[in-house]
Amino acid sequence: MSVKRRSPIRKFLLYVFLIIGAFICIMPFLWLITTSLKPSTDIFSEPLLIPTHFYFKNYIEAWNSVPFGKYILNSVLMSVGIVFCQTLFSAMAGYAFARVKFRFRNALFMLFLITMMIPDAVKIIPNFLIVKNLGWYDTYTALIVPRAVSVFAIFLFRQFFLSIPASIEEAAKIEGCGLFRTFFQIILPISKPVIVTNILFSFLFAWNDFLWPLIVTDSEHMRTIQVGLAYFQGRYGIKWELLSAATIFSILPSLAVFLVAQNYFIEGISTSGLKE
Amino acid sequence: MLERVGGPKARHFFQKEKISLGVFLIPAIVIVLVFSLFPAFYSFFLSFFSWNGFSPTKEFVGLKNYRTALNDPELKNSIIVTLIYSLLVTFISIFLGMMIALALNEDLKGKKLLRLFYFIPVVTPSVASGITWKYLFDPYNGVINSLLKYLNITGPQWLNSTSWALFSVSIVGIWKRIGFCMVIYLAAIQDIPNSYLEAAQVDGATGWHMLRYIKFPLLMPSTFFLIITGLIDAFQVFDLVYTMTNGGPIGATDVLGFLLYRHAFKYFNLGYASIVSLTIFIVLFILSAIQWRYTQGGAKNVG
Repeated sequence: MSVKRRSPIRKFLLYVFLIIGAFICIMPFLWLITTSLKPSTDIFSEPLLIPTHFYFKNYIEAWNSVPFGKYILNSVLMSVGIVFCQTLFSAMAGYAFARVKFRFRNALFMLFLITMMIPDAVKIIPNFLIVKNLGWYDTYTALIVPRAVSVFAIFLFRQFFLSIPASIEEAAKIEGCGLFRTFFQIILPISKPVIVTNILFSFLFAWNDFLWPLIVTDSEHMRTIQVGLAYFQGRYGIKWELLSAATIFSILPSLAVFLVAQNYFIEGISTSGLKE
Repeated sequence: MLERVGGPKARHFFQKEKISLGVFLIPAIVIVLVFSLFPAFYSFFLSFFSWNGFSPTKEFVGLKNYRTALNDPELKNSIIVTLIYSLLVTFISIFLGMMIALALNEDLKGKKLLRLFYFIPVVTPSVASGITWKYLFDPYNGVINSLLKYLNITGPQWLNSTSWALFSVSIVGIWKRIGFCMVIYLAAIQDIPNSYLEAAQVDGATGWHMLRYIKFPLLMPSTFFLIITGLIDAFQVFDLVYTMTNGGPIGATDVLGFLLYRHAFKYFNLGYASIVSLTIFIVLFILSAIQWRYTQGGAKNVG
Protein backbone atom coordinates (compact mmCIF):
# COMPACT_ATOMS: atom_id res chain seq x y z
CA MET A 1 0.00 0.00 0.00
CA SER A 2 1.59 3.21 -1.06
CA VAL A 3 -0.90 5.49 0.65
CA LYS A 4 1.12 7.30 3.33
CA ARG A 5 0.49 10.46 5.34
CA ARG A 6 -0.09 8.76 8.69
CA SER A 7 -0.32 10.80 11.85
CA PRO A 8 1.53 9.43 14.89
CA ILE A 9 -1.65 9.43 16.97
CA ARG A 10 -3.36 7.26 14.44
CA LYS A 11 -0.44 4.87 14.49
CA PHE A 12 -0.48 4.75 18.25
CA LEU A 13 -4.19 3.93 18.33
CA LEU A 14 -3.68 1.17 15.78
CA TYR A 15 -0.98 -0.33 17.99
CA VAL A 16 -3.19 -0.16 21.06
CA PHE A 17 -6.03 -1.88 19.20
CA LEU A 18 -3.77 -4.56 17.74
CA ILE A 19 -1.87 -5.26 20.93
CA ILE A 20 -4.97 -5.54 23.10
CA GLY A 21 -6.49 -7.90 20.54
CA ALA A 22 -3.35 -10.00 20.32
CA PHE A 23 -3.14 -10.16 24.10
CA ILE A 24 -6.71 -11.48 24.32
CA CYS A 25 -5.82 -14.07 21.70
CA ILE A 26 -2.85 -15.47 23.59
CA MET A 27 -4.07 -14.81 27.13
CA PRO A 28 -5.51 -18.35 27.49
CA PHE A 29 -2.08 -19.79 26.70
CA LEU A 30 -0.37 -17.55 29.22
CA TRP A 31 -2.91 -18.65 31.79
CA LEU A 32 -2.30 -22.33 30.97
CA ILE A 33 1.45 -21.95 31.37
CA THR A 34 1.31 -20.06 34.66
CA THR A 35 -1.35 -22.34 36.14
CA SER A 36 0.55 -25.45 35.18
CA LEU A 37 3.59 -24.12 37.05
CA LYS A 38 1.85 -23.30 40.33
CA PRO A 39 1.60 -25.59 43.32
CA SER A 40 -2.02 -26.57 43.95
CA THR A 41 -2.18 -24.35 47.04
CA ASP A 42 -1.61 -21.19 44.98
CA ILE A 43 -4.16 -21.85 42.26
CA PHE A 44 -7.17 -20.15 43.77
CA SER A 45 -5.48 -17.57 45.93
CA GLU A 46 -3.60 -15.88 43.11
CA PRO A 47 -5.51 -16.41 39.89
CA LEU A 48 -3.66 -13.78 37.89
CA LEU A 49 -0.13 -13.60 39.14
CA ILE A 50 2.94 -15.21 37.77
CA PRO A 51 3.97 -18.14 39.99
CA THR A 52 6.41 -17.22 42.75
CA HIS A 53 8.33 -20.43 42.31
CA PHE A 54 8.15 -22.70 39.33
CA TYR A 55 6.66 -26.03 40.17
CA PHE A 56 7.38 -28.45 37.34
CA LYS A 57 6.13 -31.46 39.28
CA ASN A 58 2.60 -30.86 37.94
CA TYR A 59 3.73 -32.04 34.53
CA ILE A 60 5.16 -35.25 35.96
CA GLU A 61 2.11 -35.86 38.11
CA ALA A 62 -0.29 -35.21 35.22
CA TRP A 63 1.76 -37.41 32.91
CA ASN A 64 1.71 -40.28 35.40
CA SER A 65 -1.92 -40.07 36.46
CA VAL A 66 -3.26 -41.43 33.16
CA PRO A 67 -1.38 -43.05 30.25
CA PHE A 68 -0.69 -39.84 28.33
CA GLY A 69 2.28 -41.45 26.59
CA LYS A 70 -0.05 -44.04 25.09
CA TYR A 71 -2.62 -41.38 24.11
CA ILE A 72 0.04 -39.38 22.32
CA LEU A 73 1.38 -42.48 20.60
CA ASN A 74 -2.16 -43.27 19.40
CA SER A 75 -2.59 -39.74 18.09
CA VAL A 76 0.76 -39.93 16.34
CA LEU A 77 -0.06 -43.27 14.69
CA MET A 78 -3.50 -42.06 13.63
CA SER A 79 -2.17 -38.75 12.32
CA VAL A 80 0.69 -40.35 10.41
CA GLY A 81 -1.71 -42.85 8.87
CA ILE A 82 -4.20 -40.18 7.85
CA VAL A 83 -1.55 -37.80 6.55
CA PHE A 84 0.18 -40.50 4.52
CA CYS A 85 -2.99 -41.93 2.98
CA GLN A 86 -4.65 -38.57 2.34
CA THR A 87 -1.59 -37.18 0.64
CA LEU A 88 -0.80 -40.23 -1.48
CA PHE A 89 -4.33 -41.17 -2.51
CA SER A 90 -5.46 -37.61 -3.06
CA ALA A 91 -2.40 -36.78 -5.12
CA MET A 92 -2.87 -39.88 -7.28
CA ALA A 93 -6.55 -39.19 -7.85
CA GLY A 94 -5.84 -35.51 -8.44
CA TYR A 95 -3.28 -36.44 -11.07
CA ALA A 96 -5.65 -38.82 -12.82
CA PHE A 97 -8.30 -36.10 -12.93
CA ALA A 98 -5.80 -33.57 -14.23
CA ARG A 99 -3.95 -35.57 -16.83
CA VAL A 100 -5.57 -38.87 -17.79
CA LYS A 101 -8.46 -39.07 -20.19
CA PHE A 102 -11.06 -41.63 -19.24
CA ARG A 103 -14.76 -42.16 -19.58
CA PHE A 104 -16.99 -40.20 -17.18
CA ARG A 105 -14.03 -38.27 -15.88
CA ASN A 106 -15.93 -35.01 -15.49
CA ALA A 107 -18.99 -36.72 -14.09
CA LEU A 108 -16.88 -38.51 -11.50
CA PHE A 109 -15.08 -35.33 -10.56
CA MET A 110 -18.38 -33.49 -10.13
CA LEU A 111 -19.66 -36.34 -7.96
CA PHE A 112 -16.57 -35.98 -5.77
CA LEU A 113 -17.10 -32.25 -5.46
CA ILE A 114 -20.73 -32.79 -4.49
CA THR A 115 -19.69 -35.10 -1.65
CA MET A 116 -17.84 -32.13 -0.16
CA MET A 117 -21.27 -30.73 0.63
CA ILE A 118 -22.17 -33.70 2.83
CA PRO A 119 -21.47 -32.59 6.39
CA ASP A 120 -19.71 -34.88 8.85
CA ALA A 121 -22.81 -34.81 11.01
CA VAL A 122 -24.71 -36.83 8.38
CA LYS A 123 -21.95 -39.34 7.87
CA ILE A 124 -21.18 -40.06 11.47
CA ILE A 125 -23.93 -42.58 12.32
CA PRO A 126 -23.63 -44.65 9.11
CA ASN A 127 -19.84 -44.58 9.34
CA PHE A 128 -20.01 -45.75 12.92
CA LEU A 129 -22.25 -48.66 11.84
CA ILE A 130 -19.98 -49.53 8.88
CA VAL A 131 -16.90 -49.55 11.09
CA LYS A 132 -18.65 -51.68 13.70
CA ASN A 133 -19.89 -54.20 11.14
CA LEU A 134 -16.45 -54.51 9.58
CA GLY A 135 -15.09 -55.38 13.02
CA TRP A 136 -12.95 -52.24 13.11
CA TYR A 137 -14.46 -50.75 16.26
CA ASP A 138 -11.76 -49.73 18.75
CA THR A 139 -8.89 -50.23 16.25
CA TYR A 140 -6.46 -47.98 14.40
CA THR A 141 -8.16 -49.01 11.15
CA ALA A 142 -11.34 -47.28 12.32
CA LEU A 143 -9.39 -44.16 13.14
CA ILE A 144 -7.59 -43.99 9.79
CA VAL A 145 -9.40 -45.66 6.89
CA PRO A 146 -12.64 -43.63 6.81
CA ARG A 147 -10.52 -40.47 6.56
CA ALA A 148 -7.91 -41.88 4.16
CA VAL A 149 -9.04 -39.67 1.28
CA SER A 150 -9.91 -36.00 1.24
CA VAL A 151 -11.87 -34.62 -1.66
CA PHE A 152 -10.65 -31.15 -0.84
CA ALA A 153 -7.06 -32.40 -1.17
CA ILE A 154 -7.89 -34.08 -4.48
CA PHE A 155 -9.19 -30.74 -5.69
CA LEU A 156 -6.06 -28.91 -4.53
CA PHE A 157 -3.73 -31.44 -6.13
CA ARG A 158 -5.70 -31.40 -9.37
CA GLN A 159 -5.48 -27.62 -9.56
CA PHE A 160 -1.76 -27.78 -8.94
CA PHE A 161 -1.15 -30.49 -11.57
CA LEU A 162 -3.18 -28.54 -14.13
CA SER A 163 -0.73 -25.68 -13.69
CA ILE A 164 2.30 -27.84 -14.55
CA PRO A 165 3.35 -27.34 -18.18
CA ALA A 166 2.37 -30.31 -20.32
CA SER A 167 5.78 -30.31 -21.99
CA ILE A 168 7.16 -32.07 -18.92
CA GLU A 169 4.93 -35.05 -19.51
CA GLU A 170 5.50 -34.94 -23.23
CA ALA A 171 9.21 -35.26 -22.59
CA ALA A 172 8.57 -38.12 -20.17
CA LYS A 173 6.45 -39.85 -22.77
CA ILE A 174 9.21 -39.63 -25.36
CA GLU A 175 11.56 -41.15 -22.80
CA GLY A 176 9.08 -44.01 -22.55
CA CYS A 177 7.82 -43.35 -19.03
CA GLY A 178 4.44 -44.76 -18.10
CA LEU A 179 1.89 -43.26 -15.77
CA PHE A 180 3.53 -44.62 -12.62
CA ARG A 181 7.06 -43.52 -13.38
CA THR A 182 5.98 -40.13 -14.66
CA PHE A 183 3.93 -39.49 -11.54
CA PHE A 184 6.33 -40.76 -8.89
CA GLN A 185 9.65 -39.81 -10.44
CA ILE A 186 8.88 -36.62 -12.36
CA ILE A 187 5.68 -35.02 -11.10
CA LEU A 188 5.85 -35.64 -7.34
CA PRO A 189 9.37 -34.23 -6.91
CA ILE A 190 8.31 -30.92 -8.47
CA SER A 191 5.11 -30.79 -6.40
CA LYS A 192 6.71 -30.17 -3.02
CA PRO A 193 4.80 -26.98 -2.10
CA VAL A 194 1.37 -28.51 -2.54
CA ILE A 195 2.48 -31.72 -0.83
CA VAL A 196 3.85 -29.86 2.19
CA THR A 197 0.72 -27.73 2.47
CA ASN A 198 -1.43 -30.82 2.30
CA ILE A 199 0.64 -32.68 4.89
CA LEU A 200 0.35 -29.74 7.28
CA PHE A 201 -3.39 -29.34 6.90
CA SER A 202 -4.14 -33.03 7.20
CA PHE A 203 -1.87 -33.36 10.22
CA LEU A 204 -3.59 -30.52 11.98
CA PHE A 205 -7.00 -31.94 11.14
CA ALA A 206 -6.02 -35.39 12.42
CA TRP A 207 -4.29 -34.25 15.57
CA ASN A 208 -7.10 -31.93 16.64
CA ASP A 209 -9.95 -34.26 15.70
CA PHE A 210 -12.19 -35.28 18.57
CA LEU A 211 -15.68 -36.58 17.77
CA TRP A 212 -14.75 -39.50 15.51
CA PRO A 213 -12.07 -40.94 17.84
CA LEU A 214 -14.49 -40.41 20.72
CA ILE A 215 -17.17 -42.63 19.22
CA VAL A 216 -15.09 -45.35 17.54
CA THR A 217 -12.76 -46.06 20.43
CA ASP A 218 -13.76 -47.63 23.69
CA SER A 219 -10.82 -49.01 25.64
CA GLU A 220 -8.48 -46.65 27.42
CA HIS A 221 -5.42 -47.86 25.49
CA MET A 222 -7.00 -46.79 22.17
CA ARG A 223 -7.79 -43.19 23.18
CA THR A 224 -6.20 -40.37 21.24
CA ILE A 225 -4.79 -37.41 23.10
CA GLN A 226 -7.91 -35.29 22.54
CA VAL A 227 -10.22 -38.01 23.80
CA GLY A 228 -7.88 -38.79 26.67
CA LEU A 229 -7.75 -35.14 27.63
CA ALA A 230 -11.54 -34.85 27.63
CA TYR A 231 -11.77 -37.86 29.98
CA PHE A 232 -8.99 -36.41 32.09
CA GLN A 233 -11.03 -33.24 32.45
CA GLY A 234 -13.95 -35.31 33.71
CA ARG A 235 -11.82 -37.07 36.32
CA TYR A 236 -9.31 -34.44 37.39
CA GLY A 237 -11.32 -31.32 36.53
CA ILE A 238 -10.94 -29.84 39.99
CA LYS A 239 -7.14 -30.08 39.84
CA TRP A 240 -6.50 -27.04 37.67
CA GLU A 241 -2.73 -27.35 37.82
CA LEU A 242 -2.78 -30.92 36.49
CA LEU A 243 -5.40 -30.23 33.87
CA SER A 244 -3.53 -27.24 32.51
CA ALA A 245 -0.32 -29.27 32.30
CA ALA A 246 -2.22 -32.02 30.47
CA THR A 247 -3.82 -29.49 28.12
CA ILE A 248 -0.37 -28.27 27.21
CA PHE A 249 0.58 -31.84 26.19
CA SER A 250 -2.27 -31.84 23.70
CA ILE A 251 -1.56 -28.40 22.28
CA LEU A 252 2.22 -28.60 21.87
CA PRO A 253 2.41 -30.81 18.76
CA SER A 254 -0.09 -28.72 16.75
CA LEU A 255 1.54 -25.54 17.88
CA ALA A 256 5.04 -26.78 17.12
CA VAL A 257 4.10 -27.88 13.62
CA PHE A 258 2.36 -24.58 13.03
CA LEU A 259 5.25 -22.47 14.30
CA VAL A 260 7.78 -24.33 12.18
CA ALA A 261 5.70 -24.05 9.04
CA GLN A 262 3.57 -20.97 9.61
CA ASN A 263 4.22 -19.44 6.23
CA TYR A 264 3.01 -22.57 4.48
CA PHE A 265 -0.16 -22.47 6.56
CA ILE A 266 -0.94 -18.85 6.05
CA GLU A 267 -0.17 -18.94 2.35
CA GLY A 268 -2.00 -22.23 2.00
CA ILE A 269 -5.13 -20.73 3.52
CA SER A 270 -4.99 -17.50 1.62
CA THR A 271 -4.46 -19.16 -1.75
CA SER A 272 -6.61 -22.27 -1.41
CA GLY A 273 -9.33 -20.49 0.50
CA LEU A 274 -10.51 -18.23 -2.22
CA LYS A 275 -8.90 -18.04 -5.56
CA GLU A 276 -10.01 -21.32 -7.08
CA MET B 1 -17.83 -36.26 -27.68
CA LEU B 2 -15.28 -36.75 -24.93
CA GLU B 3 -12.94 -34.35 -26.67
CA ARG B 4 -15.59 -31.70 -26.45
CA VAL B 5 -16.34 -32.31 -22.79
CA GLY B 6 -12.64 -32.22 -22.08
CA GLY B 7 -12.40 -28.79 -23.59
CA PRO B 8 -9.36 -27.16 -25.02
CA LYS B 9 -7.43 -26.95 -21.73
CA ALA B 10 -7.49 -30.67 -20.97
CA ARG B 11 -4.37 -32.56 -21.88
CA HIS B 12 -4.37 -36.29 -22.13
CA PHE B 13 -1.61 -38.75 -21.59
CA PHE B 14 -1.41 -42.42 -20.72
CA GLN B 15 -4.61 -43.35 -22.53
CA LYS B 16 -3.85 -47.04 -22.75
CA GLU B 17 -2.82 -47.59 -19.16
CA LYS B 18 -6.12 -48.85 -17.83
CA ILE B 19 -4.64 -50.79 -14.93
CA SER B 20 -2.45 -47.95 -13.68
CA LEU B 21 -5.38 -45.60 -13.93
CA GLY B 22 -7.39 -47.98 -11.78
CA VAL B 23 -4.67 -48.01 -9.13
CA PHE B 24 -4.63 -44.21 -9.14
CA LEU B 25 -8.37 -43.82 -8.76
CA ILE B 26 -9.69 -46.82 -6.86
CA PRO B 27 -8.62 -45.81 -3.33
CA ALA B 28 -10.31 -42.44 -3.74
CA ILE B 29 -13.44 -43.88 -5.32
CA VAL B 30 -13.86 -46.61 -2.70
CA ILE B 31 -13.39 -44.29 0.27
CA VAL B 32 -15.65 -41.57 -1.10
CA LEU B 33 -18.41 -44.01 -2.02
CA VAL B 34 -18.31 -46.03 1.18
CA PHE B 35 -17.66 -43.34 3.78
CA SER B 36 -19.25 -40.29 2.20
CA LEU B 37 -21.86 -40.91 -0.47
CA PHE B 38 -23.42 -44.07 0.89
CA PRO B 39 -23.76 -42.62 4.43
CA ALA B 40 -25.74 -39.66 3.13
CA PHE B 41 -28.35 -42.00 1.68
CA TYR B 42 -28.19 -44.40 4.60
CA SER B 43 -28.96 -41.61 7.08
CA PHE B 44 -32.10 -40.84 5.11
CA PHE B 45 -33.00 -44.56 5.11
CA LEU B 46 -32.42 -44.86 8.86
CA SER B 47 -34.75 -41.97 9.59
CA PHE B 48 -37.74 -44.25 8.80
CA PHE B 49 -36.73 -46.83 11.39
CA SER B 50 -36.61 -47.26 15.09
CA TRP B 51 -33.29 -48.91 15.90
CA ASN B 52 -30.69 -48.93 18.63
CA GLY B 53 -27.85 -50.07 16.38
CA PHE B 54 -27.37 -53.36 18.23
CA SER B 55 -30.50 -55.46 17.82
CA PRO B 56 -30.48 -57.54 14.64
CA THR B 57 -33.75 -56.10 13.32
CA LYS B 58 -34.74 -52.53 12.62
CA GLU B 59 -38.37 -51.68 13.11
CA PHE B 60 -39.90 -49.74 10.23
CA VAL B 61 -41.91 -46.87 11.71
CA GLY B 62 -42.66 -44.81 8.60
CA LEU B 63 -42.92 -41.12 9.35
CA LYS B 64 -43.13 -41.53 13.12
CA ASN B 65 -39.66 -40.03 13.71
CA TYR B 66 -40.57 -37.08 11.53
CA ARG B 67 -43.80 -36.48 13.44
CA THR B 68 -41.88 -36.65 16.72
CA ALA B 69 -39.34 -34.18 15.36
CA LEU B 70 -41.99 -31.65 14.39
CA ASN B 71 -43.31 -31.54 17.96
CA ASP B 72 -40.01 -31.91 19.75
CA PRO B 73 -39.22 -28.86 21.90
CA GLU B 74 -35.62 -30.06 22.30
CA LEU B 75 -35.03 -30.10 18.55
CA LYS B 76 -36.66 -26.69 18.20
CA ASN B 77 -34.47 -25.35 20.99
CA SER B 78 -31.37 -26.83 19.37
CA ILE B 79 -32.15 -25.23 16.02
CA ILE B 80 -32.53 -21.82 17.64
CA VAL B 81 -29.41 -22.23 19.79
CA THR B 82 -27.36 -23.37 16.80
CA LEU B 83 -28.59 -20.49 14.66
CA ILE B 84 -27.73 -17.91 17.33
CA TYR B 85 -24.29 -19.45 17.86
CA SER B 86 -23.56 -19.63 14.13
CA LEU B 87 -24.64 -16.06 13.42
CA LEU B 88 -22.72 -14.65 16.39
CA VAL B 89 -19.52 -16.51 15.60
CA THR B 90 -19.61 -15.96 11.86
CA PHE B 91 -20.39 -12.26 11.78
CA ILE B 92 -18.42 -11.08 14.79
CA SER B 93 -15.30 -12.96 13.69
CA ILE B 94 -15.66 -11.51 10.19
CA PHE B 95 -16.01 -7.99 11.55
CA LEU B 96 -13.04 -8.29 13.91
CA GLY B 97 -10.96 -10.20 11.37
CA MET B 98 -11.49 -7.44 8.83
CA MET B 99 -10.62 -4.70 11.34
CA ILE B 100 -7.42 -6.49 12.31
CA ALA B 101 -6.46 -7.17 8.70
CA LEU B 102 -6.99 -3.52 7.76
CA ALA B 103 -4.93 -2.41 10.74
CA LEU B 104 -2.18 -4.95 10.05
CA ASN B 105 -1.99 -3.77 6.47
CA GLU B 106 -0.62 -0.43 7.64
CA ASP B 107 3.08 0.24 7.84
CA LEU B 108 3.73 -1.06 11.37
CA LYS B 109 6.60 -2.76 13.11
CA GLY B 110 6.04 -6.21 14.60
CA LYS B 111 3.29 -7.06 12.10
CA LYS B 112 4.45 -10.63 11.66
CA LEU B 113 4.44 -11.35 15.38
CA LEU B 114 0.96 -9.87 15.82
CA ARG B 115 -0.33 -11.89 12.89
CA LEU B 116 1.12 -15.00 14.49
CA PHE B 117 -0.60 -14.29 17.82
CA TYR B 118 -3.96 -13.82 16.13
CA PHE B 119 -3.56 -17.04 14.22
CA ILE B 120 -2.49 -19.34 17.07
CA PRO B 121 -6.08 -19.99 18.31
CA VAL B 122 -7.01 -21.25 14.82
CA VAL B 123 -4.58 -24.16 15.07
CA THR B 124 -5.26 -24.94 18.73
CA PRO B 125 -7.25 -28.16 19.27
CA SER B 126 -10.84 -27.30 20.12
CA VAL B 127 -10.88 -29.70 23.08
CA ALA B 128 -7.96 -27.85 24.65
CA SER B 129 -9.58 -24.51 23.81
CA GLY B 130 -12.85 -25.48 25.44
CA ILE B 131 -11.15 -26.78 28.58
CA THR B 132 -8.97 -23.69 28.95
CA TRP B 133 -11.79 -21.20 28.45
CA LYS B 134 -13.99 -23.10 30.84
CA TYR B 135 -11.51 -22.21 33.56
CA LEU B 136 -11.12 -18.63 32.40
CA PHE B 137 -14.91 -18.34 32.65
CA ASP B 138 -15.07 -19.84 36.15
CA PRO B 139 -17.36 -17.41 38.04
CA TYR B 140 -15.38 -17.52 41.31
CA ASN B 141 -11.73 -18.18 40.55
CA GLY B 142 -11.56 -17.59 36.81
CA VAL B 143 -9.31 -14.96 35.30
CA ILE B 144 -12.14 -13.01 33.68
CA ASN B 145 -14.20 -12.46 36.80
CA SER B 146 -11.06 -11.84 38.86
CA LEU B 147 -10.12 -9.07 36.45
CA LEU B 148 -13.63 -7.65 36.58
CA LYS B 149 -13.43 -7.68 40.37
CA TYR B 150 -10.40 -5.40 40.20
CA LEU B 151 -12.62 -3.00 38.27
CA ASN B 152 -15.32 -3.44 40.93
CA ILE B 153 -17.63 -5.23 38.55
CA THR B 154 -19.36 -8.43 39.61
CA GLY B 155 -18.95 -10.69 36.59
CA PRO B 156 -21.80 -12.87 35.37
CA GLN B 157 -22.01 -16.59 35.97
CA TRP B 158 -20.86 -17.17 32.36
CA LEU B 159 -21.21 -20.88 31.55
CA ASN B 160 -23.42 -21.54 34.57
CA SER B 161 -26.01 -19.00 33.57
CA THR B 162 -28.76 -19.80 31.09
CA SER B 163 -28.62 -16.30 29.65
CA TRP B 164 -24.81 -16.08 29.34
CA ALA B 165 -23.73 -19.64 28.50
CA LEU B 166 -24.41 -19.53 24.75
CA PHE B 167 -22.74 -16.15 24.48
CA SER B 168 -19.71 -17.48 26.38
CA VAL B 169 -19.31 -20.47 24.08
CA SER B 170 -19.67 -18.11 21.12
CA ILE B 171 -16.79 -16.01 22.44
CA VAL B 172 -14.56 -19.07 22.22
CA GLY B 173 -15.83 -19.84 18.72
CA ILE B 174 -15.07 -16.26 17.70
CA TRP B 175 -11.64 -16.38 19.35
CA LYS B 176 -10.83 -19.49 17.33
CA ARG B 177 -11.97 -18.00 14.04
CA ILE B 178 -10.73 -14.40 13.98
CA GLY B 179 -7.28 -15.44 12.76
CA PHE B 180 -8.71 -17.33 9.83
CA CYS B 181 -10.81 -14.34 8.73
CA MET B 182 -7.79 -12.11 9.18
CA VAL B 183 -5.61 -14.23 6.89
CA ILE B 184 -8.26 -14.35 4.17
CA TYR B 185 -8.72 -10.57 4.34
CA LEU B 186 -4.99 -9.87 4.42
CA ALA B 187 -4.57 -11.78 1.19
CA ALA B 188 -7.52 -10.00 -0.38
CA ILE B 189 -6.37 -6.53 0.69
CA GLN B 190 -3.00 -7.16 -0.89
CA ASP B 191 -4.78 -7.90 -4.16
CA ILE B 192 -6.45 -4.48 -4.29
CA PRO B 193 -4.60 -2.63 -7.05
CA ASN B 194 -2.68 0.33 -5.72
CA SER B 195 -3.82 2.41 -8.65
CA TYR B 196 -7.42 2.33 -7.33
CA LEU B 197 -6.36 3.77 -4.00
CA GLU B 198 -4.06 6.33 -5.58
CA ALA B 199 -6.76 7.46 -7.98
CA ALA B 200 -9.19 7.83 -5.09
CA GLN B 201 -6.64 9.82 -3.17
CA VAL B 202 -6.09 12.15 -6.10
CA ASP B 203 -9.84 12.71 -6.13
CA GLY B 204 -9.62 13.72 -2.48
CA ALA B 205 -11.18 10.60 -0.91
CA THR B 206 -10.81 10.36 2.87
CA GLY B 207 -9.82 7.20 4.71
CA TRP B 208 -13.44 6.38 5.44
CA HIS B 209 -14.46 6.89 1.83
CA MET B 210 -11.71 4.59 0.61
CA LEU B 211 -12.88 1.98 3.07
CA ARG B 212 -16.53 2.38 2.25
CA TYR B 213 -16.37 2.73 -1.54
CA ILE B 214 -13.21 0.88 -2.53
CA LYS B 215 -12.06 -1.61 0.07
CA PHE B 216 -15.45 -2.96 1.23
CA PRO B 217 -16.75 -3.68 -2.27
CA LEU B 218 -13.47 -5.27 -3.36
CA LEU B 219 -13.43 -7.42 -0.23
CA MET B 220 -16.98 -8.65 -0.84
CA PRO B 221 -15.96 -12.00 -2.39
CA SER B 222 -13.85 -12.74 0.69
CA THR B 223 -16.64 -11.67 3.00
CA PHE B 224 -19.07 -13.89 1.16
CA PHE B 225 -16.68 -16.84 1.35
CA LEU B 226 -16.20 -16.25 5.08
CA ILE B 227 -19.93 -16.01 5.75
CA ILE B 228 -20.67 -19.31 4.04
CA THR B 229 -17.72 -21.27 5.40
CA GLY B 230 -18.27 -19.71 8.83
CA LEU B 231 -21.91 -20.77 8.96
CA ILE B 232 -21.06 -24.25 7.69
CA ASP B 233 -18.39 -24.70 10.37
CA ALA B 234 -20.33 -23.15 13.22
CA PHE B 235 -23.47 -25.11 12.42
CA GLN B 236 -21.63 -28.33 13.24
CA VAL B 237 -20.05 -27.17 16.49
CA PHE B 238 -19.59 -30.00 18.94
CA ASP B 239 -16.21 -30.12 20.70
CA LEU B 240 -16.56 -26.77 22.47
CA VAL B 241 -20.00 -27.62 23.80
CA TYR B 242 -18.89 -31.08 24.86
CA THR B 243 -15.94 -29.76 26.86
CA MET B 244 -17.48 -26.56 28.23
CA THR B 245 -21.16 -27.05 29.01
CA ASN B 246 -22.45 -30.48 27.98
CA GLY B 247 -25.33 -28.66 26.34
CA GLY B 248 -26.43 -27.00 29.58
CA PRO B 249 -27.50 -25.24 31.63
CA ILE B 250 -31.05 -26.42 30.86
CA GLY B 251 -30.36 -26.76 27.15
CA ALA B 252 -28.99 -23.22 26.78
CA THR B 253 -26.07 -24.48 24.66
CA ASP B 254 -27.64 -27.68 23.36
CA VAL B 255 -26.54 -27.25 19.74
CA LEU B 256 -27.67 -29.64 17.00
CA GLY B 257 -24.30 -31.41 16.92
CA PHE B 258 -24.62 -32.20 20.61
CA LEU B 259 -28.27 -33.25 20.33
CA LEU B 260 -27.26 -35.59 17.51
CA TYR B 261 -24.48 -37.05 19.64
CA ARG B 262 -26.83 -37.66 22.57
CA HIS B 263 -29.54 -39.32 20.51
CA ALA B 264 -27.09 -41.48 18.56
CA PHE B 265 -24.46 -42.44 21.11
CA LYS B 266 -26.10 -41.93 24.51
CA TYR B 267 -29.74 -42.91 23.95
CA PHE B 268 -28.95 -45.15 20.94
CA ASN B 269 -31.94 -43.83 19.12
CA LEU B 270 -30.43 -43.95 15.64
CA GLY B 271 -33.61 -43.28 13.68
CA TYR B 272 -34.32 -40.06 15.49
CA ALA B 273 -30.66 -39.06 15.52
CA SER B 274 -30.68 -39.40 11.74
CA ILE B 275 -33.43 -36.79 11.57
CA VAL B 276 -31.28 -34.41 13.61
CA SER B 277 -28.39 -35.03 11.21
CA LEU B 278 -30.67 -34.45 8.21
CA THR B 279 -31.73 -31.12 9.75
CA ILE B 280 -28.07 -30.08 9.80
CA PHE B 281 -27.68 -31.43 6.27
CA ILE B 282 -30.57 -29.42 4.85
CA VAL B 283 -29.34 -26.14 6.29
CA LEU B 284 -25.75 -26.75 5.17
CA PHE B 285 -26.86 -27.97 1.77
CA ILE B 286 -28.70 -24.72 1.15
CA LEU B 287 -25.64 -22.74 2.23
CA SER B 288 -23.31 -24.82 0.06
CA ALA B 289 -25.65 -24.49 -2.89
CA ILE B 290 -25.61 -20.73 -2.55
CA GLN B 291 -21.84 -20.76 -2.48
CA TRP B 292 -21.71 -23.19 -5.37
CA ARG B 293 -23.86 -20.93 -7.50
CA TYR B 294 -21.94 -17.86 -6.57
CA THR B 295 -18.47 -19.21 -7.18
CA GLN B 296 -19.45 -21.93 -9.67
CA GLY B 297 -17.81 -24.26 -7.15
CA GLY B 298 -14.70 -24.76 -9.24
CA ALA B 299 -16.89 -26.16 -12.01
CA LYS B 300 -15.41 -23.72 -14.44
CA ASN B 301 -12.13 -25.53 -13.98
CA VAL B 302 -13.53 -28.93 -14.85
CA GLY B 303 -11.88 -30.36 -17.92
